[in-house]
Parts: sequence; C-alpha cells; structure tokens
Amino acid sequence: MKREDNISGSLDWPTIGLYLALVLLGWINIYAVVYDEGVHQPIFSFTLNSGRQLVFIVASFFIIMGIVILDLRFYETFAYVLYGLILVLLFLVPIIGKEVGGNKAWIGIGSFGVQPSEFAKFVVALAVAKYISSVGFRMDNLRNQAILFGIIGLPMALILLQKDTGTALVFTSFIFVFFREGMSPFLMIVGICAAAIFILTLLIPNQLYLHGGIIILLVLLIGFGKKKFKRIAILTVGAIIIMGVIESVDYVVTDVLKPHQQNRVKALINPDADPLGFGWNVTQSKIAIGSGGFFGKGFLKGTQTKFDFVPEQSTDFIFCTIGEEHGWVGSLVVVVLFVALLLRIIFIAERQKNRFTRVYAYSIASIFFFHFAVNIGMTVGLFPVIGIPLPFFSYGGSSLWGFTILLFILLKLDAHRGQVLQRI
Amino acid sequence: MNEGRKEILQIVIVLVALVFLVKLFFIQVVDERYAELSDSNAILRQTEYPVRGLIKDRHGKLIVYNIPEFNLEVLLKDVKRFDSAKFCAVFEISREELRKKFKEMKARKEYSRFKPTLFLSQLSTTDFAKIQDYLDEFPGFYVQPRTTRAYSSAALANALGYVSEISKTKLENDASKIYKQGDYIGQSGIEAFYEEQLRGTRGVRIKLRNVKGIIKGSFKYGAYDTLSIPGQDLITGIDLELQKYGEYLMGGKSGSIAAIEPSSGEILALVSGPSYDPNLLTGRRYSSNFRLISSDTNKPLFNRPLMAQYRPGSIFKIAQAMTALQEGVITPETRIRCDRSLIDCHGDHTNEDLRGAITNSCNPYFLGVLRKMLNKGVINDPFKDTRIGLAEWDKHIMSFGFGKPLGIDLPNEKNGLVPTPEMYDQAYHNRPWKFSNIYSIAIGEGENLVVPLQMANFVATIANRGYYYAPHIVKAIGKDQKPLPQYLIRHYTTIDSANFRVAIDAMQRVVDAGTGMRAKLQDIIVCGKTGTVQNDPLPAHAVFIAFAPRENPKIAISVYVEDSGQGGRSAASIASLMIEKYLLGHTKRPYIEQYVMAGKFLDPK
Repeated sequence: MKREDNISGSLDWPTIGLYLALVLLGWINIYAVVYDEGVHQPIFSFTLNSGRQLVFIVASFFIIMGIVILDLRFYETFAYVLYGLILVLLFLVPIIGKEVGGNKAWIGIGSFGVQPSEFAKFVVALAVAKYISSVGFRMDNLRNQAILFGIIGLPMALILLQKDTGTALVFTSFIFVFFREGMSPFLMIVGICAAAIFILTLLIPNQLYLHGGIIILLVLLIGFGKKKFKRIAILTVGAIIIMGVIESVDYVVTDVLKPHQQNRVKALINPDADPLGFGWNVTQSKIAIGSGGFFGKGFLKGTQTKFDFVPEQSTDFIFCTIGEEHGWVGSLVVVVLFVALLLRIIFIAERQKNRFTRVYAYSIASIFFFHFAVNIGMTVGLFPVIGIPLPFFSYGGSSLWGFTILLFILLKLDAHRGQVLQRI
Repeated sequence: MNEGRKEILQIVIVLVALVFLVKLFFIQVVDERYAELSDSNAILRQTEYPVRGLIKDRHGKLIVYNIPEFNLEVLLKDVKRFDSAKFCAVFEISREELRKKFKEMKARKEYSRFKPTLFLSQLSTTDFAKIQDYLDEFPGFYVQPRTTRAYSSAALANALGYVSEISKTKLENDASKIYKQGDYIGQSGIEAFYEEQLRGTRGVRIKLRNVKGIIKGSFKYGAYDTLSIPGQDLITGIDLELQKYGEYLMGGKSGSIAAIEPSSGEILALVSGPSYDPNLLTGRRYSSNFRLISSDTNKPLFNRPLMAQYRPGSIFKIAQAMTALQEGVITPETRIRCDRSLIDCHGDHTNEDLRGAITNSCNPYFLGVLRKMLNKGVINDPFKDTRIGLAEWDKHIMSFGFGKPLGIDLPNEKNGLVPTPEMYDQAYHNRPWKFSNIYSIAIGEGENLVVPLQMANFVATIANRGYYYAPHIVKAIGKDQKPLPQYLIRHYTTIDSANFRVAIDAMQRVVDAGTGMRAKLQDIIVCGKTGTVQNDPLPAHAVFIAFAPRENPKIAISVYVEDSGQGGRSAASIASLMIEKYLLGHTKRPYIEQYVMAGKFLDPK
C-alpha cells in the first residue's frame, strides 16, 4: 500500500487536472450537440452519445489504473512486441474489419468496435522512443534515419490502405520529435516550403506570375550573393525544382488526390465557390462558430450544431459547439487548456534524464499538437478538412482511450523518473 | 547540438494558438455576417394562411365561400420505385409531364430531398377522393390541404371576379411586399376591389429547423408567433334570387340588367349577358378554362353593366326635360309641334306638352327643347351662343352621374360620354360648330355614351326626386356592418326636386298607356321609359329604365338588350319581371316570362 501511495503522489497532478478538465468539457459539449429540446433527455441517457461517452470515460479510469499498476519496465521492454502486434492488427483490419462511415478502420468486438489505428499512435511512439534511445543510435546516421522513417512509415501505409488519410497524416507529426532529437531542420523547412508553394499555386490562378516571382528571386539571390559557381548552380537547380513542383500541383490535385480530397483543398482556398457542395462542411462550421459572438449563445442554445447543419459535430467538428454556444471566450478557454497541456508535456519531457521517456513525451506532444492544430484549423477554415478528432473532446471510445493511454503512459514513466535514473 | 529546439517547438505551439484565437476573434466578434447566416439556416418562418372572407347576399345567403383543395407534395427521400404508367393514369398527367415535373423540382433553388416539395397543385375534393385509394402505392407523395373559392351558384360571375395565383409581374410590382409566390389574389370584380378586406392577415410561426428542413420546435416557445386573422366577410346588396332570375331571363341574349335600391344605392342585381360559371375559374383547371372563356367571341368576361358604352336613346329625353325645366326655357305646359322635318317620329301625336312628349317619346319636341336650351340668345353669335348653352347643359347632365365613373366598387368602370364644347372643338378641328351640327344629342343619339349602370343610377335619381348614392355591391364590410364611406354620401343633381314630378307623371303614363305597357303590373305603380337605340344595319338595341313603386320606390332598374328591336318589348318585359320578382317574390304574368324566354322580339320581315 505504501508503494501505491508513492506512485499516486509522484504522478504529475497538473497534467491530470488538465486532462480531467478537457474530458469533462468534452462530455458536456457532446451532450449539447445531441440535446433535443423536444425530447429533453438527461445527459446520462444511454441512448445519447453523451451517455455512451460517460461509459467511455469511466472505462478510461480503469485503463488509467491498469497503466499505473503495470510495471514500469513493461513499456520499454515490450515496445517492439506491441509494435509488431499493432502492425498485424492494422494489416488485418481491411480484411476482417467492418465499415463505418466509408472507412474500413474498425474491428468489431461483440457489438463494440475499436479502431486499431487510434492505439497505433502510442505503440509507434513507444517504438520510436525505444529506437532513438537505443545504444549506438545516431540521428545523423542515414541508416538509422531510414529505420526511423520505416517505423512510422509502415503503420502509416497500412492506415492509408484503410483509406483513413487523416489518421495516417498524424504520424508525420513525429518529424517534430526527430527535429528535437537532432535531425537536420532541412527536412522540416523543405516540407513547409513545399506546402507553401502548393497552397500558393492553388491561390494564384495564373502560374506564370509564380514562375516570374521565382525567377526574379533567383536573379536577386545570385546578383546580391557571393558569385560562386557551386552556389549559383544549387540555387538554379532549386528554382527549377520549385517550378517543376508548381507545374505538378495541377497534376497532383486533379489526378493523384481523390475527388473528395480535391474538394477539401478547393474548399479551403475558396469555400464560397460551392457552399452547398464541397464547401458545406467548412461554410457551416464557420457559420456555427461565427454566430457564437463574444460570449456565445449559451449552453444548449446553439442552433447550428444541434440541428445538424454542421456535419460530424460530435466527433471531428465538436469545436463548433464550443464556438457557437460559448463564443470567443469559450474558444479561448479550450485553446488555452490545450496550450497548457502541450507546454506541460514539453516541461515534463525536458525534466527527464532518460532519453526513452523524453522521446516518448515529445512524441505525444507532437501527436496532440497535430490533432489540436489540424482539428481546430479545419473548423475555422485555416486547414483542409481532414477527419481527425480533437483529443478528449470528440465523441468516441477508441479515440478517448487512445489519447488517455498516450498521456498516462507518460505520467507513469514520469512518476518513476528518479527510479529510472537509479536503474541505469 | 539541440540547443533552442525546445524553445522553437514551444513558440510554434503558442503561435498556432494565437493564430487560432485571432481568426476566431475575426469570425466570431468582428464579422457579423455569420450570425445572420446562422439565423437564415435554422429559422424557418412558416406562414399560416388566413381564410379568405366570405361574400353573402343581402339576406345573408352565401354567394362565395371557401372549400378545401389539395396540393400533392412529394418528399423525395421517401419516394421508392413506382409504376409510372399507373401513376400517370391516377394523377391524369402524361409521362412527359411527369418527367418534366421531376426535372423542374430538382432544378429549384430550395430543392431538398428532405423537404416536401409541391408536385401537383389545386386538386379538388373529387380529385382527392379519386387518388387517395392509390396514395399508398406511391410512397413519398403526400396531400396537403389548402382552401380555394367556391360559388353557391353560377350567378354574378362578372361582378364577383375570380381568385387565382398571383402573377409574376404583379408580385414584382407589389410594393407592400405582402404577397408571396403561390398566394391567391383577387383578379377582378369585388374579389379584386375588396382584396385588402378579403385577404385577411397572414400569421407566422417561427420554427427552428434542422439541416434536413425538419421542424424541431418553435422559436422561443412561440413568443414571436402570430395567428392568422381571417379576411372580413362582405355582405352585398345583391338579392341572389333576383340575380339568378335576371341571369335566367337574359339567357341567350346579350346585354345587361342593373337594379339598384334608390334609397341606398345598393345594387340588387347586376347581370351581364352572356356570362360564365365562376366555378370554372377555380382549382386545377383554372388556366385551361380561363383560356376558353377569354377567347369566347361572345365575350363572357366583358362586364357589360359597367363596360359596355351605348348610346342611351330615348330614355335620355327625361334628362333633357329636367335640364330644360331647371333652366326655365320650358314649362311643363310648353307645347312644341311634332313637325318631323328634321327628325322622324312615331305615333300619331301632333302637338304635345312636356308630359305627353315624354310619354310618346316625341323626337321633334326634344329637338325643340334642346334648341331653346342651347340657343338662349345670350349672344348674337349663334356659334358662341351654342357654346354657352352646351356648357350649361353639360353641368346639369353630368350632375346625374353621366360622363364619369359613378365609383362602383368594381374595377374597370367606364366613363360613358357627355359631349362638351371642348370635345366638339376637337372633333371639328377648331372650326366653328353650332346647334345644327349637334342636335342628335337631343334624343340620346349622336355623341352621347352611357353605360347601363349609369342608366340605372339615372332612374334611381328620378325615383329619389333628385339625388343618388353611388351604386355599390357591398353594403357591409366585416364586423363594422358599414359600406365604404363614399357610399354614404348623397349626390344631389342640379335639378330642383319639384321638377321631377313631371317626369314621374310621364313615366307612369309610359307604362300605363304608352310604349312601356308590357311593364305594367296589377297592384304596383311602375314608372318607366323605353328607348330604342339605332344600330344599323343590325336591329336596334332595346332599352328600358323603370322604378317601382311610384311612392317610396324600392327598386330602380335599367335593362339593355342588344339587337332586339323596340325597348318596349324585350327590355320592358324583363324589367317588369325583375320588379315583380323583387317586390312580390314571383311573377303573376307567366306569359310575359314565356315571351321573354322565347326571345322573338323582332317583327318578321
């Protein structure tokens, strides 16, 4: 019993407080979404999403207890085993899974379904942490880098096979971890530039202007910099590559992306082009949030989310309910809570002496950040619609449990940070 | 090596959060547009249609009322594959129409699979009875009730007018913004004139709806909802039985009957022949029937009592006599020789006084009267003298309500025409004119034009000995039980009341022993005047005006029958039958009725 007390005492309570706050707010908002004035069911009613979410929340508490009770060494020791297991599961999903909402991402257990991809996140985080913290790992080693990308690439590919692009994209957030652990920022910069050029190409209808701009920039860089052959050659080649990318954007948009993905990109660029068609999600989401005003319409008083104008409102578009019913103030509270959680996780990461825990901590910070940025970004129209949940808010057992496990494994590892130090 | 990377990541997180908060501030607080869009999304203003006011006759009998009709609506999400051949048979539409309807529906702006959409409108109860057994074979099709006009009889069609969906142009020009597409509006007759009173006030229920257009409850518990207010009922002065009888008598004839209660100006009957059955202009077959009726060469939509401008003929001699008496150019005892040199005459009289001249309808007498009237010798110049005389004459004649609309509560009332000096100037291109140019107005021929309603009003004025109330159909509106204020004003003529005695004496003699003997009744003194209006080469138009009884008159009537020869035959017979019907409830002279219905008024040639 004494040992138990120690553990609970050394758990990071500020994080737990933030976690509880987010879960509770999420639950209340799910009720607000499904609340029907005419029927007036209580929040606990199991016919409502809110009632079921409560079950998921209670179940999470048991999961948390399991995580805390489980031996510390389990996570590091079995990281690769779990990784192998999840790969098998992900491989099996398209074969034995059931289809929900167009995506075959679910495995049914009785009447219940779980999404293995949600659990893949913490498993991959453990595997990445284990690999980076392994003896002899060097971030500047190309072979090590390749294996690292392989670790995140394999589950990504399998999830892409399930046509769950959103969840697959989450794994790109590990770039942040690699960056923190010493990978050259070159990759990140190239990625950001590519994205910027991609968006610019879509925004500027005449690509000749873009080409012209790049040539002018090239001439300026050559003209005002050192006139070394190598530099000029690199700049020229770079410019030609960028111009090639521009030319390929059209091809990518029309031929590589699927029609619904094309539309999501188009909706981001110009949501008013077809407000009832592909612009519907973004338009309605912005209307819902925008109609909230400064203080919001009040709890259970929202019309846009309640009457189904906003699609996927319990899950991916849950933020609309907050924006509509609680206004800018409510949005501020949610954003601040997330920022506090993310900064707290980074704080926890940086206090670790052990690389495994630190990498794991950065992994979950990156995953949470990706979800937070992409989810809210899409509801306010700053990002294309990518169906990923808002951690702890969105309705759904798998996602709540997945995020809970992610967070509490960290808290368990963190609770033993002194012990770990002794062991090494 | 990795110094500062922690800070970079922290800065990225905070920056993203700040971008979100700024963006949120813009769409939530700065941009008002989204709040409006949210309202138009979720708030549905549902109209509650008022019931249109009823129209009743003077005894409270219903003339126009409302019956349910049905709109067939379709909820596309519920539509399953159906037997289109059977569907077309049941709903009586062609396959092309069916295809077109579906296409149109999907092209509509407000198209939704989840919202009921109008498919067929204006199904009658009979249509509905026929289709309702089959409705379950076509899931997704629903029937919605609404009300439309119905008529207790085929009578009074032209005065009632009809109701139909508001036209696109009318909707665009509607400054009041009261009407919406699909609304019914009075298109003519009293339906149009009293549209404002009849239509009632629409109610509105503000509902919250979800994305599928399905109602989720009332907005703020109905705090902003209003009930619809039914339109006001109209009580007309029409005697429905008299009206029906008048239409029966006018069967197969072209012309009009206008009957007025002199003491109030209320119209008792207003017959336009030929007419149509107003029930044809309701419901689903409105458009096709309207096309048929409006292209009929007999012009059933032409409301003759108000719109047909005829020369008045001999009945005008009474106005002539009153004017001359008032001006003092003759006395009742003045005799003028019937010399028949300028104008022909009829009968064997030679030298009548005023009463005799009216009774015998002596043309030369009234020619002489008009000469005395127009050429008083105020000025030596005969041209200027006529001019002054005509201006005075106009003043008197117009005071009877001739030459201008009387202001009946129906649209499209015509002026008629009273010739004025200015009119002759124009007609003679400012060359001089004098009495000898214009004398045919003396006997109601020439340039005079009068509509039958003005004739009826004229005889009502005589019955009243010098004044009239503007004739009107509606005697009481809604709960006030009052007509429009303009119908309570007495309009006096410029003629002294005493002068009418002569006219009335003469008119009694017309019926008792003159040209209007067919109008004579056993116990009631009828005063009348015949007219036969030249219409070469066709047979003359027959005119008769009358009122009865002589003292305390209850009914004043004008009958105009086109192309039926002498006024003493068809017109006098019809007028007297109408008077009998109104005062006694039935005719005691079935032979006159048979004579009228046989319709053989012309002398064999």
